[in-house]
Amino acid sequence: MTEHSEVLNQPEAEVQEHTHAEGHVHRDDEGSKMAMWLFLFTELLLFGGLFLLYGAYRFEYADGFKVAAAEMNSFIGAVNTIILLTSSLSVALSIAAMQRSHKKLALGMLWFTILCGIAFLINKYFEWSHEIHNGVYPGGPALENMSNGEILYFGLYYVMTGLHGLHVIIGLIFIGFIMVFIARDKITSTNFQKLENAGLYWHLVDVIWIFLFPLFYLLH
Amino acid sequence: MANGTLAKDVSYLEYEGKHKGLAGWLLSVDHKRIGLMYLMGIMIFFFVAMTLGVLMRLEMLSPGETIMKPATYNSVFTLHGVIMVFLFIIPAIPAVFGNFMLPIQIGAKDVAFPRLNLFSWYLYMIGAILAIVSLFTGGGAADTGWTFYVPYSIRSAQNVSMTTLAAFVLGFSSIVTGLNFVVTIHRLRAPGMTWFRMPLFVWGLYATSWIQVLATPVIGITLALIMLERFMGIGVFDPALGGDPILYQHLFWIYSHPAVYIMILPAMGVVSEILPTFARKDIFGYKQIAISSLGIALIGYLVWGHHMFVSGMSDTSRIVFSLLTFLVAIPTGVKIFNWVATLYKGSIKFSAPLYYVLGFIFIFSIGGLTGLVLGALATDIHVTDTYFVVAHFHYVMFGGMGIMFFATMHYWFPKLFGKMYNEKIAIIACTVIIVGFNVLYFPFFIMGYMGMPRRYYDYLPQFQGWHILSTIGSWILVSGIVFMFGNLLYALLKGPKAPMNPWGGTTLEWKVPSPPPLENFDEIPVVTGGPYVHDKQTYIMHPGKEGIKANGGTKTVNQEAAL
Repeated sequence: MTEHSEVLNQPEAEVQEHTHAEGHVHRDDEGSKMAMWLFLFTELLLFGGLFLLYGAYRFEYADGFKVAAAEMNSFIGAVNTIILLTSSLSVALSIAAMQRSHKKLALGMLWFTILCGIAFLINKYFEWSHEIHNGVYPGGPALENMSNGEILYFGLYYVMTGLHGLHVIIGLIFIGFIMVFIARDKITSTNFQKLENAGLYWHLVDVIWIFLFPLFYLLH
Repeated sequence: MANGTLAKDVSYLEYEGKHKGLAGWLLSVDHKRIGLMYLMGIMIFFFVAMTLGVLMRLEMLSPGETIMKPATYNSVFTLHGVIMVFLFIIPAIPAVFGNFMLPIQIGAKDVAFPRLNLFSWYLYMIGAILAIVSLFTGGGAADTGWTFYVPYSIRSAQNVSMTTLAAFVLGFSSIVTGLNFVVTIHRLRAPGMTWFRMPLFVWGLYATSWIQVLATPVIGITLALIMLERFMGIGVFDPALGGDPILYQHLFWIYSHPAVYIMILPAMGVVSEILPTFARKDIFGYKQIAISSLGIALIGYLVWGHHMFVSGMSDTSRIVFSLLTFLVAIPTGVKIFNWVATLYKGSIKFSAPLYYVLGFIFIFSIGGLTGLVLGALATDIHVTDTYFVVAHFHYVMFGGMGIMFFATMHYWFPKLFGKMYNEKIAIIACTVIIVGFNVLYFPFFIMGYMGMPRRYYDYLPQFQGWHILSTIGSWILVSGIVFMFGNLLYALLKGPKAPMNPWGGTTLEWKVPSPPPLENFDEIPVVTGGPYVHDKQTYIMHPGKEGIKANGGTKTVNQEAAL
């Protein structure tokens, strides 16, 4: 009911016409949040295809997967998990700060989130370059001596963590835009749906990592 | 407005906002203009793919090489499939008529995210251009068939990567449109427009949009993996590296089977619009039709395995998939029954759109029933990968969605452009199309049953009679289509002005001028009844003038709206 009043409360047609060219004036936070959730479903299904492949191949090549997983450095994985979880907390805090009109605190929390994201990517960079240095990459020399299970494990490892890394980068850009909006007072304590959507997206990035971490680092 | 005219006084075709001329279209966020821009793109690609189809039929006129080499034939059927499926059949009704009619039918001024809507059109065009460019670059056009089955799609030297990229981008466009429609339907219904007062076209779009959102990402990742395999040799599907090609088929059909329902559900929605209009009667079994759309979407999501009965699956999964496939026939049967029952004791006015719909019901029933032959395990093995399959999916896709696209164009043409077309010529063209269609595709059933395999450029002499008949059918069909478009084009340029409601339709789009003004309504209407009531008004078009306040005043209206 309250959501609908927004649509119904639209001013007279004449007022609307002036604003049409610049885009619609009506604001629908519920609708915007709903669209974000739908978008997150599509992201889940995008990764879902890969998780399905992982499951099928883990079942088919259980031994090869075990051997390959033993080579992973679960310490770096654990550090990255902690970093991402912390960054999810800071995003949530920035929303809470924004709702209470603490603009500076909200911005600070987002800066912290961005630093966490970058730290995650740096870790990932060292991890990948270590593997590549050892010749473990698709078509790499180390793969010639490996069983099919191990090759598939590393193939999926690169695709899934790579796609996740791409999402971290997109999330960081998303948050960057939001910070500009906050700085320009486009996002306020009464109009913070964009910030909340960015937070939702960042949580998704986090949640996917929470599944990637045990699948690639912990399951031996 | 600067020039002194208000947006509500001029139609969306004439309105000039910040941008004029071509930019006024390319930068417009108006759902109606975007719908027409889709129509332009879709028509062009339809003619490209149709030409490819005619060339294929010409090649099949005699055994051996007739007009093209076998490799060319492979590329031609691949591109015919890719363009028809991804550029025409999937987007045609939702992107053109969904965009145009959805906001009007639910009493809204636009979709929920107008700019996202325009973005989706640009994605569509980028994908389309990539598909066309892939024809002429790289090692030549893709030759894998539109299914891109591995391992051949990994090893083919042709330009498969770019074609898959095109499909990937088109998928994104489809997701964005679906997402936009779901939110629009949830959030922007006019006061009093409860779920069960929505026109059935909106129900069809709603079910479709959910499939678009939930199934398309799966094909996105699958096609991305094909590109990664080709560029980097990841090995997820390559049997040489331990990958499993069957898994590719699963992932491909997890999207592409629901995509079949993306194609047909909006078309079925339009059937449910046209029938009550021309039968002058409320639709029979409104709720059943609405819910059967969701039922088809739900079950349709779970039947992908029936494309793989001979690919290698356990008997258990084959039986389960076969059973689920049969179950889809139930909601489809409900719809067909209700449509026919709507005509019963109606005061039927035979017009071009209704002719198309009757043609659709006839052709689609054949397509649907032969689908059961393919869904049954034993018979499927006999006809797998033969012309029988090709005949079946042309009967449901072209005969279902394609014929309904023509019907939709004739039904909403006066509303889109404010012009009337020549009814007699439209009916003659319709007859030619339906005759040509059956002459073209019915021999496929017979040949397929006799064992003619699909995707071959050559055949045994015993099939030649049927092939010649079918090729003649393709000429009849194409001349009908050209005739039909010629008639519409002439109407567009020289046709008489269309009245607001030429057919006596009852839904909201017939309560606004033809063509509609920029923001559709000068006041958001209030809805007081179902969509297909002929004997009394169920919409209050100017609630403000009549002293009915949508907000606060009449509480009942609002409470229903919130449902």
